[in-house]
Parts: sequence; structure tokens; C-alpha cells
Amino acid sequence: MSQKDPHLLLQSAPLLRQGLTTPAAMRDVWLALLPATLAALWFFGLSALLVLLASIAGAVMTEWVFTAPEKRSMTLRDNSAALTGLLLGLTLPPGLPLWMAFIGGVVAIGIGKTIWGGLGANLFNPALLGRAFLLGTFPIAMTTWGAAGGPGDFFQLHTSNLAIPFMQAGATDAISAATPLGLMKFEQTDTAFLHLLMGNTAGSIGETSGLMLLLGGLFLWMRKGIDWRIPVGILATAALFSLIMFLVDGDKYPSPIFTIFSGGMLLGAIFMATDPVTSPMTPRGAWIFAIGIGFLVVLIRVFGGFPEGVMYAILLMNAATPLIDRYNQPRIFGRELKK
Amino acid sequence: MGFLFSLQNSFKHGVHPEHHKEQTYDLPIQRVPFVDRYVMPLGQHIGAPAKAVVKAGDRVQRGQLIAEHGAFVSTTLHSPVTGTVSEIGARRYIDGSFKPAIEIEADPYATQQFAVQSAVDWESLSIEEFINEVQKAGIVGMGGAAFPSHVKYSIPEGQQITELLINGAECEPYLTNDHRLMLERPETMLRGTEIVRLKLGAERATIGVEKNKPDAIEALNKHITEEMPIRVVPLEVKYPQGAEKMLIKAVYDLEVPAGELPRDVGVAVNNVGTIVAIADYFESGKPLIERIVTVSGPGVEQPANLIVPLGTPIREVLRFCGGLKEQTREVIMGGPMMGMPIADLDAPILKGCSGILAFTERETSRPVEYPCIRCGRCLEACPYFLNPSRFARLARARLFEEMQEQYKVMDCVECGSCTFACPSNIPIVQLIRTAKDNLRSQKP
Repeated sequence: MSQKDPHLLLQSAPLLRQGLTTPAAMRDVWLALLPATLAALWFFGLSALLVLLASIAGAVMTEWVFTAPEKRSMTLRDNSAALTGLLLGLTLPPGLPLWMAFIGGVVAIGIGKTIWGGLGANLFNPALLGRAFLLGTFPIAMTTWGAAGGPGDFFQLHTSNLAIPFMQAGATDAISAATPLGLMKFEQTDTAFLHLLMGNTAGSIGETSGLMLLLGGLFLWMRKGIDWRIPVGILATAALFSLIMFLVDGDKYPSPIFTIFSGGMLLGAIFMATDPVTSPMTPRGAWIFAIGIGFLVVLIRVFGGFPEGVMYAILLMNAATPLIDRYNQPRIFGRELKK
Repeated sequence: MGFLFSLQNSFKHGVHPEHHKEQTYDLPIQRVPFVDRYVMPLGQHIGAPAKAVVKAGDRVQRGQLIAEHGAFVSTTLHSPVTGTVSEIGARRYIDGSFKPAIEIEADPYATQQFAVQSAVDWESLSIEEFINEVQKAGIVGMGGAAFPSHVKYSIPEGQQITELLINGAECEPYLTNDHRLMLERPETMLRGTEIVRLKLGAERATIGVEKNKPDAIEALNKHITEEMPIRVVPLEVKYPQGAEKMLIKAVYDLEVPAGELPRDVGVAVNNVGTIVAIADYFESGKPLIERIVTVSGPGVEQPANLIVPLGTPIREVLRFCGGLKEQTREVIMGGPMMGMPIADLDAPILKGCSGILAFTERETSRPVEYPCIRCGRCLEACPYFLNPSRFARLARARLFEEMQEQYKVMDCVECGSCTFACPSNIPIVQLIRTAKDNLRSQKP
């Protein structure tokens, strides 16, 4: 009687897999953020680069410290911690003291991700949680904006970047400028569409260039890296709501085009709200989630105390995601058929 | 954005694995030579095992009845060779277990010609007699599950089959046995289709073939005459297009309700191989004693499409194909998406064995598993619109009841699309199988 062939494995089917892995999907997001990051370096120079590096360093080092030694190589290789750091950095003002950016990265990964159980287990978008922490803790530094320059001013560093940790918390830069949203909210001044599209306005590092963000979004959509329903739903809802407001009072409220291209709207809709971990998996859930965000953004911008509402809108809808998913499972094949 | 286009000859969701059919799709079906020893396990599928009607030492002819059906959901076995029954006892089955089987030593002096018996006059048979004949011929579904065909043809009173659907999708990668059969024996296939259609009283027959087999579609169309109410429907190339309920959705845009059978919507589905087996039996009296097997995969020296007598040891079939390559790590029966791993190459070819595929390190190495990032690719892959991500999470927490009560895990047909699609390499369908086994064993 023969024995089991010793060299044969008994792994159960399927033996085939599609090629994409999770780290590769993360790399796609990196590539998609590249145009907006390059635009940021163009307009905000070395300051932007240093802020990005500080927040990435904070995120990666926290991931390293809070991960069991035997798993470190794997969790760092999945690219997700560094991506969180980059995403956080892109939402920060270019003149932010570097130590604050670093702490933002620590909070994003420490409080935003690892205490929930690591990658895939967190309820809130870690980058936005890090940003919310910074905004609450350092409100002045987080709302002081430098004007956009050009490549000629690359090495013109904001002095506030190099503020000494914990000693100069209120340090702000002498050269400050208002963001398009600030101008709209407090002075009812519009910003030219071309500037919003290209990105030479004051604002967070990665949010100003609408064109580059859209390019990245297009790339991610083609690579099936994001659920297209979420950015489409957010932008359509925000545009519709702001159109209504615009029609009510065109002098006081911005046009839908301005609403979409100003502030963190595109960065949030394309790169933050689409974070798969914190957004619904079901198609109908994605629509509800997106409509909720679009509505909340305009609501906060128009009626809230802050000029910007993207971060809070996304964080609020993140909290609703498990509930949304639970009640929006697709109809199972062969069930609940219409007679 | 699939919703912009009407759903033509396909189902929603599913995945697109590489076909890997080029190794064998243009290789004509060859007959493997007879070997010394054959093993016919008495139980080869769901239902009661067959009961042996021969004993050790008996001489048997090729095609002679050696085991009777043990119950209604059970079928007969016939000797694949002329020879002598050497023993009825425990023999290795493909999963490595021992199962009761009839072992036959082939007679080295026999010609092994099948004595063509008189054709069965199928036209005069009543439906009951027809069902009896199919059971007598030992015919089962040849696509893989090997469910006895006569059970499928037993339509409860009050139901009527209006459509006969022939499954020529062959959506599993690597396999080309159905493709070659449609290409090489289209007339037999059409005659078999007409036999089953007329006996079941169906108005029309449809042959569903994936578009990656244009020569098979052409061969069938060429032989369909005006009197035959048969049409060939080309289907989108997508896995699992050949799953019974997906095929019905693709061809008729009909959803078979959960827990019901195709016959509940008036459709009977048969695999290409089954139909040819029926034609062969009614035309020459030949019962099910051999089948077409695709031997392929990166671990096989010479891939081939073969006619293999049932009961041939898998090792002998592989030897005929030049053997396994040094780097082979796993051999499976069936396709790479739903096949069964083979524990012992001395196990025999079964009625449901559509392919013997050998895989190397590349396909079998366990990829690094990452956490689920809820990307939703498994939801978009699942043809049943289930939530595989949720299943994996709940199965690991051993919350099997919730998997059924909230998310209907028992509706899963284990096609493996979710595992295929998962970028985090989570063994989703494997976890689902464990959960379903647990749920089944909890039931009284």
C-alpha cells in the first residue's frame, strides 16, 4: 500500500490570485499623491518638504515603537504608516513648527491607529485625527498660513518651522496670508479659479492645487484604488448644496466651483474620505457616506465658526461607517426577489 | 461603471483569472493506454455509495456492471476494463483516506475493445424508463460535483422543465476538456442534447459557451439543423460563469431563489461531458466507464487532453504525460479555483475528475498575509453579493451563528473569487468552508 506522497502539499483551492497586494495598493496612493506633493514643493518650498518629513517621521517612528518586534518589518513594509504621515503633512500649514508636525504624526499613528489594533481596525482616519489633535492643541500655529511662492523662493524657510519644541508654542511667522476660504468667509472676497486650479494660493501644503489632486484621483480610479462613488458623491452633494446657497445670496455665499476647488475639499474627497478602512464597503453605504460628508462640509463652512469643515465632516461620517455598512448590505443573489 | 451597460450574457461581479488554457486548448483528445490495475471507489459523490455485485476472483468484461446503486441518490459502476476482480476492500481515495473500492486486474490478453451493444431505443421510453436507463448507465454530472444525473431528471409533479441549458462555459482556468469535446464531437453533443430535451419535454435547448472558445461555438453552430430548437449563446469570459445559477442568470437573466434548484424556475442544466455520455449510452450502450481529463499546469512535463478509463491511478495518467517536473509541489483534481488537492497519486481517476493539474512553488507558496483594509474587492468579486470580508473577520472570531443569521454564509458556493481578489492574501473562502462545516455539524 502506498504512502502519501511526501513532497505533495494539500493547500485548498483557489491556488490562483490576482497580482495586487495591499502594500502595492498603498504604493498606488503614494504615486497618486506625487503630483500634489510636487506642486506643494513648488509653491511652498523647503518648508513644505520639512513639514512633510517631520510628520512622516513621527508616524513611522510611532509605528515602529508600538509594533511587536517580530512584526515590525512587515507592518513598516506595508507602506501604510508613512502614507498616513504624508497625508497628515499635506493637511498642515507650510509654516508649522516641525516639532508640531512630528507630534501630529505620533498622534495619528498612536491614537489614530495602533490603539485600535493596527492597520484595518481604526474607526477614524488616522491622518485627520492627527490633524484634529493639532488644531485643538495649537490653534494659532495651525491657522497661520504662508503665501504661496515659486521655485525661486525654494530655500526661503519660514522661521516658525524651526521653533523650539514646547517653548515657542505660539510662534508664528511674520509673513502670513489669508486662504481663499478665509477671504471668502471673513471678507467675502473671491479667488480667481485659475489660482485655485493651479494652487498658487495660501493654504495647507497639499490642498491648494486642484488640478494635481484631480490628476491623482484619476490615476487612483483607473487603478481601482478608490471607490469612485465617494469623491463623486461628496463633490456633487457639496456643489448642489452650495448652489442652492449661492442662488439664495450670491454675494454672501461662494459658487459651487469655489466650494469644490477651495480648501481641503479635493484632498479630502479624493484621498481622505476614500480611505477604505474608515469608509463603507457597500455601494449604497458609500453613497450615504459621501452625501453626508458633502452636506456637512458646506454646513460647517457656511454656518460654522471655522472657514473649513472637511476634516470634521469626514471624521463625523467615519464614526457612522460601521452603522451605515450594517444596514446597507447589498441584496444577496436569489433573495428578496420581487414576485 | 457596469450599470451604464445592459447586462448581456453574463452575471454581475465575479473575477477574471488568467485562462492558462493555451497549454492544451489545441491538443486533440488522446486515449491513454490501459494499465495493469484499476480501482473503482464505491462512493464518488454525494448520496449513498454503490453496492458491489461482483466478488474477488470474478471475471469482468469492459462495461460490465460491477456495482448497483445503493439508493435513489446513488448510481451504478461498470468495469473500465476486461479483467479479474482482485479484491473489494479499502483503497486510497484522493483525499488520502481509505474508502471501499473494487480493484480490478486488467487481463493482459484482452483486446479491451468495447463490444458495441444495441443502441437503446430512447424515443419509445417513458420519462421514468429514461431516468432508469440513465441510472443504469452510471451517468453523473461530469463538471466536477458528479451529482447523479437521473436525480436531476426526476422532476417533481407539478413542475415542468421548459428550458434545457448545456454548460459549456468551462470557466475554470487550465481546463480544456469540455472545449475539446465540443470541438471534436459537436454532432454527438447535439444528438445528446436532443435526447435529453425531448425526454424532459423542454421547448428549447441552449448551449452556453464562453467567448474564449470561438472554434467550439463555430463547430456547434455548423451542425445545428433547422429541426433542432438549439441555440449557442456566447458568454462573457468571467469566473464563475459556469456556476449553475450564474449561468442561468447569464443566459435567461433569471435568478434562482436561494435554497431552490434550477428546476424551480423551469431549467435543467447539464454539463457538456454529461450530455456526450448520455448520447454515447443511448447510441452504443456504452455506460460511463471513461471520461475526458485535462492534464496541465506548470508542473506537468507534457500537458494533454486525454480519454482516461475511470479507476486509472493518477500516477499512471501523469506518467503518460511525461511525469511531474522536479519543482512540482501540489497536484489537484479539477480546476485551480475549486479543485481538490490530491494526497496520494495512487488514487484513481473519478467520474467527476475534469482535470489533473500540477502546480509549483510559484502557485503554492503561501503569500504574506496583511490585515484586511476593507478595500471591498471581495464584495465586488462575490457573485452572490455576500460580504466575504465580514465572513473572514467573524470566522476568525468563531462567530459562526452570526455569519449565517446576519450574513447568510450558507448561500456561499465556495467559488473562491473572494480569496482570489483579496490583496491582503486572506484565505477568505477557506475560512468560510470551516465556518460552514461547523454550522453543519451543529445542526441536529
